[in-house]
Amino acid sequence: MTRKQRRLVLIGTSLGVLAIASALVLGALRDSIVFFNSPTDVAEKRVVPGTRMRIGGLVKPGSVERGDNLLVRFSVTDGKTDIPVHYRGIVPDLFREGQGVVAEGKLEPGGMLAADTVLAKHDERYMPREVVDALKKSGRWQEGEAKDAGSTTK
Amino acid sequence: MIPELGHYALVLALALGLIQAGAPVVGARTNDSSLMQLAASTAIMQFVFVGLAFLALIACYVTSDFSVATVYENSHSTMPLIYKITSVWGNHEGSMLLWVLILSFFGALVGSFGTNLPSVLKAHVLAAQSWIACAFYLFILFTSNPFVRLSQPPFEGRDLNPILQDIGLAIHPPLLYLGYVGFSIAFSFAIAALIEGRIDAAWARWVRPWTLAAWMFLTIGIAMGSYWAYYELGWGGIWFWDPVENASLMPWLVGTALLHSAVVMEKRSALKIWTILLAILAFSLSLIGTFLVRSGVLTSVHTFANDPARGVFILAILMLFIGGGLILFAWRAPTLKQGGLFAPISREGALVFNNLFLTTACLTVFVGTLYPLALDALTGEKISVGAPFFNLTFAPLFVPLLIVMPFGPLMAWKRGDILGVAQRLFAAFGVAIVVVALTFIVEGGRSVLAPLGIGLAFFIMIGALTDIAERIGLFRVPLLATWQRAIGLPRSVWGTALAHFGIAVTLLGIVGVSTWASELIVSIKPKQTVSLSGYELAFEGLVQRTGPNYRESAARFTVREGGVPIGTMEPSKRSFAARATTTTEAALLTRGFSQLYLSLGDVNGDGSISVRLYHKPLVLLIWLGAVVMAFGAALSLSDRRLRIGIPKPATKPMMQPAE
Repeated sequence: MTRKQRRLVLIGTSLGVLAIASALVLGALRDSIVFFNSPTDVAEKRVVPGTRMRIGGLVKPGSVERGDNLLVRFSVTDGKTDIPVHYRGIVPDLFREGQGVVAEGKLEPGGMLAADTVLAKHDERYMPREVVDALKKSGRWQEGEAKDAGSTTK
Repeated sequence: MIPELGHYALVLALALGLIQAGAPVVGARTNDSSLMQLAASTAIMQFVFVGLAFLALIACYVTSDFSVATVYENSHSTMPLIYKITSVWGNHEGSMLLWVLILSFFGALVGSFGTNLPSVLKAHVLAAQSWIACAFYLFILFTSNPFVRLSQPPFEGRDLNPILQDIGLAIHPPLLYLGYVGFSIAFSFAIAALIEGRIDAAWARWVRPWTLAAWMFLTIGIAMGSYWAYYELGWGGIWFWDPVENASLMPWLVGTALLHSAVVMEKRSALKIWTILLAILAFSLSLIGTFLVRSGVLTSVHTFANDPARGVFILAILMLFIGGGLILFAWRAPTLKQGGLFAPISREGALVFNNLFLTTACLTVFVGTLYPLALDALTGEKISVGAPFFNLTFAPLFVPLLIVMPFGPLMAWKRGDILGVAQRLFAAFGVAIVVVALTFIVEGGRSVLAPLGIGLAFFIMIGALTDIAERIGLFRVPLLATWQRAIGLPRSVWGTALAHFGIAVTLLGIVGVSTWASELIVSIKPKQTVSLSGYELAFEGLVQRTGPNYRESAARFTVREGGVPIGTMEPSKRSFAARATTTTEAALLTRGFSQLYLSLGDVNGDGSISVRLYHKPLVLLIWLGAVVMAFGAALSLSDRRLRIGIPKPATKPMMQPAE
């Protein structure tokens, strides 16, 4: 093989691998990403039941109910709209009423989210950025809090 | 007084850095050897002054000087001494100081041990190293000064985030930074080579040990971070494909590619331009990692209190070095001379294959990590890209790499014989097939991927051993001769075999855990028993305890296997008054390479507690594999050829005998 042919083999293989990788990435981006919504987004966009999504907001005060077998029901609110959530398992240490939370799961036909993951903040000074943005969008964001939340700690 | 001295030392380091950034370059232009030699002394002195600044900050933390803002924010007088010291880098400002400390440490190493480097190359390397250092000194001094005082010193600090109050903080960040920052040396060497417009096999010989050392630390650092997250976050996960983890994985992938391409360059003086590009990319990805973690664009466990000015500053540093490096590369790389020829089927070809797949895999991680950020910035749409994405993209690209791995070291340079290599790997194939069949039968045909994964791991392990066996002529020559050959074998050969073996060990752990892990979440009352995977755990009751700066309620469990007690487990919840936070401390019970993992949930009104119990088969192999890999790197690093690093004349690259 001449130098030129060898180089062609090399470039051809590289392009082939890159093409495969691009196909994999594009395919995976179509099927495996999860959109983040605020409760108002969910209500306004009329999301099809069965869609996987993340919703973020505050745990509505007074909404947390515990059932048998580690069942927890609560509502996520952005001040305008509430989305009921049910989750079976252990909630994070800092899951509290009135605090920021992100829940991931499937939307059920009744508009309830069957969550399989519940994320709360790791730290008393931290608010997930997505939650801050969701609250800002619904106008429930007090600038006084801005300093605390700008400090995305931990 | 001490914080002011620390601040002053840092300013002096900057002044020295500015001298080192200019003088050696002028010296190289004017052929003034005294100006060039100046760089070695300034590099060492920079390290001394940054070291003094770092010691000053440690002193502030140890003496709980709450008049210093960062100490007030991140420390508490009742914390144990070890956490007072580790909380120095448990926050943004301190961790950046650790970053420059390690950067100046590497500079000082080149300055003091690089005695056999050609003086012009050394001058340029140290100058480039100092450009990076100056950018980060300025960043610290202008946006993240750890020595800022409070006008009214409070009596008590706000405590370190409880999740960080762990021995992991003492180990994980320093090791990770040694890895990240270690790639700066390869970067500086690449910049120096581009400035000089010449590069030869000897260049690769100098760069390789530095890359190897950085890679070794990064490997251990990532593994340690993964183990820390596993036991501390209470979810029992080992890798979350969190953007911050990806930020450390990307330099690792490109760094691994760099290690392999530098071998080709050293032995065959081929792939020169590509190696230079990888050296620039490896450090660029380290910088991107620093940016992602330190700028606050991501929400993660690693993001500390932040303000936007810092993000912009780091972004500017990023643009300067990555952009500058790549522009210099585009401008100067075509002037570098082409290297040796090789057939596609050869050792070089195998290493190119390795590079191709590693960099492509890195690219998919890059897309998965940055796409959500780009989408948010451009459209405001928020998405999360998690494990499913990476399982679909990263895994299919990594598997071919693993399959080909045992072939590489057995292949001859220049022109290889793939059939001959396949014959020599016959034993490895055989063992792999038997293992696949056995696992399939034991599994009862429930899963196809698991037996294949285990088989692949055994193929790689036996393949790595085959390489050694072939070289020492095991069973072919008398035992004594075998022994002598084994001793005479270069340590880098042992290193390669060990590192490849380690990858397989990690793979075995990953397959084991993802296939056979079992999980149970229950609510349990005192004197009740739960069982999982043949273990019975009896809940004895809750115990209240007080630690130095927390109160703890621990649940005591007795663990039995087949009725025989094998130990106790005490998962607990700790509440830290200073921050009004609670942490969950999981309890681990190790059985061989497997672990029982017990983590405590809510304590309910009726005296029952919620617990999460996992059985994680072979989980320890994941991190053990990383340790084996790093040990391989250390062995290779101690190889005589690298230690001595005799400069070879550039015109006549020495031909190495095919080993």
